[in-house]
Amino acid sequence: MSRKINRRNFLKIFGGGVVATSATLTACTGKGNKTTASDQEPPKDKMVYRTNPNSGDRVSLLGYGMMRLPVVGGSERDNPNADIDQEMVNRQVDYAIEHGVNYFDTSPAYCRGKSEEATGIALHRHPRDKYFVATKLSNFSPETWKLEASQEMFENSLKYLQVDYIDYLLLHAIGGSGMDEFNRRFMDNGLLDWLVEQKEKGRIRNLGFSYHGAVSVFDQLLQWHDEGRYHWDFVQIELNYLDWNLANEINSSNTDAVYLYGELSNRGIPSVIMEPLLGGRLAKVPDYIASRFKARRPEDSVAKWAFRFAGTPEKVLTVLSGMTYMEHLKENISTYSPLEPITEEENNLLMAIADDIFNLKTIPCNECNYCMPCPYGINIPAIFSHYNKCIKEGLLPDDKQDPDYKKQRRAFLVGYDRSVPRLRQASHCIGCGQCSPHCPQSIDIPREMHKVDVLVENLKRNGKIKDVEE
Amino acid sequence: MLRRTRILLATVAFVMVTLLFLDLTGTMRHSFGWMAKIQFLPALLAMNLVIVVALLLLTLVFGRIYCSVVCPLGVMQDLMARFNRKKNKYSYSKTKKWLRYGVMGVFIIALIAGVGSLVALLAPYSSFGRIANNLFRPLYEFANNALASYSASHDSYTFSSTDIWVRSLPTFIIAAVTFVVLFVLAYRNGRTYCNTICPVGTFLSLFARFSWLRVKIDADKCIKCGKCARGCKASCIDFKNYSIDYSRCVVCGNCIDKCDKKHAISYGPVKLTAKAETQEKEEQVDTSRRSFLMATAMATTAAVLAQEKKKVDGGLAEIEDKAVVERNTPITPPGSISASNMAKHCTACQLCVSACPNDVLRPSSGLLTLMQPTMSYERGYCRPECNECSSVCPAGAIRPITLDVKSSTQIGHAVWVKKNCIPVVDGVECGNCERHCPVGAISMVLLDENDELSPLVPAVNESRCIGCGACENLCPARPFSAIYVEGHEVHKQV
Repeated sequence: MSRKINRRNFLKIFGGGVVATSATLTACTGKGNKTTASDQEPPKDKMVYRTNPNSGDRVSLLGYGMMRLPVVGGSERDNPNADIDQEMVNRQVDYAIEHGVNYFDTSPAYCRGKSEEATGIALHRHPRDKYFVATKLSNFSPETWKLEASQEMFENSLKYLQVDYIDYLLLHAIGGSGMDEFNRRFMDNGLLDWLVEQKEKGRIRNLGFSYHGAVSVFDQLLQWHDEGRYHWDFVQIELNYLDWNLANEINSSNTDAVYLYGELSNRGIPSVIMEPLLGGRLAKVPDYIASRFKARRPEDSVAKWAFRFAGTPEKVLTVLSGMTYMEHLKENISTYSPLEPITEEENNLLMAIADDIFNLKTIPCNECNYCMPCPYGINIPAIFSHYNKCIKEGLLPDDKQDPDYKKQRRAFLVGYDRSVPRLRQASHCIGCGQCSPHCPQSIDIPREMHKVDVLVENLKRNGKIKDVEE
Repeated sequence: MLRRTRILLATVAFVMVTLLFLDLTGTMRHSFGWMAKIQFLPALLAMNLVIVVALLLLTLVFGRIYCSVVCPLGVMQDLMARFNRKKNKYSYSKTKKWLRYGVMGVFIIALIAGVGSLVALLAPYSSFGRIANNLFRPLYEFANNALASYSASHDSYTFSSTDIWVRSLPTFIIAAVTFVVLFVLAYRNGRTYCNTICPVGTFLSLFARFSWLRVKIDADKCIKCGKCARGCKASCIDFKNYSIDYSRCVVCGNCIDKCDKKHAISYGPVKLTAKAETQEKEEQVDTSRRSFLMATAMATTAAVLAQEKKKVDGGLAEIEDKAVVERNTPITPPGSISASNMAKHCTACQLCVSACPNDVLRPSSGLLTLMQPTMSYERGYCRPECNECSSVCPAGAIRPITLDVKSSTQIGHAVWVKKNCIPVVDGVECGNCERHCPVGAISMVLLDENDELSPLVPAVNESRCIGCGACENLCPARPFSAIYVEGHEVHKQV
């Protein structure tokens, strides 16, 4: 697996963008100095489209991920048990379609199982040929391994999405638990063959899989593709400037995006990109990293860099973003209307920054909520998010000699109680490990939980000076 | 002059004591902890002779200024009386000797017999503590939480929010009733409580009647207008006979101010010297007092958390509240030495309950130990870095204890309840009790030593266990933990 991306590879992968860049620059000539309100509002007709060689679909480079839908009262993170705010979903979907977004990605598991229905309600208000809908076979629970149960899951997807066919159907989260589990979910029960039949009947237009984890499964599935045993119309992979070269170093059971993308593009299989922002982690970088981005392009947000990176490789069909808020949607539409591809120099900067982020040693949690709900009530993503936030802000109280130790200690503990109720904190993690197999990042959740718990315990114990009056 | 000085000192003292009960940061005791320790009854129970003698001497010199300045319940009644805006609202009344001495007699008998609940009910400082803890503190906490949410929205960590909860319903009701009764009495007749019921007031009055400095009426200047008597909250001025009942006078100085034009009333040394006998009241408590055994064994209906099967992503599982366990032997905090020491010394003032940052201490509901502190671990456990209760107790019921000694003091021991244990019931790995035991008293062993596949369950080494409750609090079984602490009547060192 190549660790470094050399100049030739860079041109091969990212080269197509240069033409677009010059085109953009020309188009902008003479208008550069004007700042009007309309500059803030994304254009409606500049969206970049990529063509799927298998079906000829013209897919918008920005795809709408329906995993982090807005809930009543704000984001799911703050109100984990709140209902989806359908009105807001409708508004945002309307806005997306109006601005050229035509790819919507959901799953029967998302948003406590409510995402498909909400997506269906929002999309049904638009002509069927205006959008592509992607959903998944999320048959993780052993109860759904029977053919009938998985078939029912597929039929329900059609029902909730209010469609007769699925444009893009994915075998959901392949790789994590190795080939054995893949066989149990899709092969032993004949499910994959049944899905191929559905594709022949036109009920599925493109068949692919979303991939996390062990490379052996990925290689195996591509080998089947080469042998002609199964044909993959597309594959969904995790791609961003951190995972490009470092996914494997961050977690030995994950695979670098440079390899995944390379293998797919060699075969002409279009890549659908997930986690371009790592669940927002690449938008929330430490200040000193943010300022390096700002020094280069003062007007661009930190998130825009990550989206430009994910959209630059030519064989990327679409980049999925779970946009909870309208401002995310607007910004992402602007980023891809049109795309300014990452230059070679910018790419070097991103790779250097990736190394810095890697060295922060945060817990690689993207708050996807796949691990949730924890049967014992732990709020796993909230705990990791608080821990990571303190690391990124350089506020982790790890050195008692530090003059700021006391202040950091208080901030960590008070902030911890604020972001996670006591009963849902790491001290209540019993280490049953039911969460870990669900984690697409292959985090050893109980181990990380106990790490946070030990830190908290030490902070609590070190807070008091041993004293007794009298 | 006397009145102003009194009001100033009383305000300062009252604010200090009250803050002691409201404090959420654990810092006030460093500055104001002594205010609780100079209260008469706690000092007596702590056998703090220096303070007891000092207070008696103070009374012999100045009269009952203790009741006007030091006692927070007395000052609180003065505040309550201010709500009645009517002037000249009081009048002279004869002393109700039978009631005063009757109550004091009952109180002394209760003290000797060790009926802690009755002692706590009558003791003035305890009553104030209960009111402060049960009525004032929630308001203070509410304000704190409002500030905390404000500071959270401004990324400040100055305030952190706290749980507001009723620790014991009987105690709360007693506090509320005491407050209402006191308010009515104080509103209508001033210091009625202090001069009829309060045993400390009655006891001090025995000395006050011989005090050196006292309020006097100059018969030559007095025009018998009666303003002084109508302004006397103690109802102790019989102006017609130019006499003042010094057993009831709390030296507030209101009468002197009322008489400002004529200067017929003054505060100064008495001419005739009365012999005062400072008899030390020897405290005798029945040491053989048995601890109250709860008959009910732990009702362990194995209502363990119902596990939901995970099929979709996100959301939070419901967490059932832990139920309050009925323990055969109640747990008393480290430093209390034994249940009998606690019963002997505790005045049930609730200062330790207020000070406990881990929501462990709460007033007991047992008849004989009513309102005295007891421990339970549903909301938190007795954390290793904390000895707050031992450092605030003014009565010697919880003696000061260092963290090192605390970490080796057995206040109880953990008991495993197989039918609640998650590895047995749910078949998943756990070991959360073992992981959090601060003294390493728990090890995980095979449920069946001959079966290597049998679940790992906790084994408690009772000789090491200190009874801190980390295991009980962090046990995932709900509402009843699979491991809980039984108290020890007498604490011992590991």
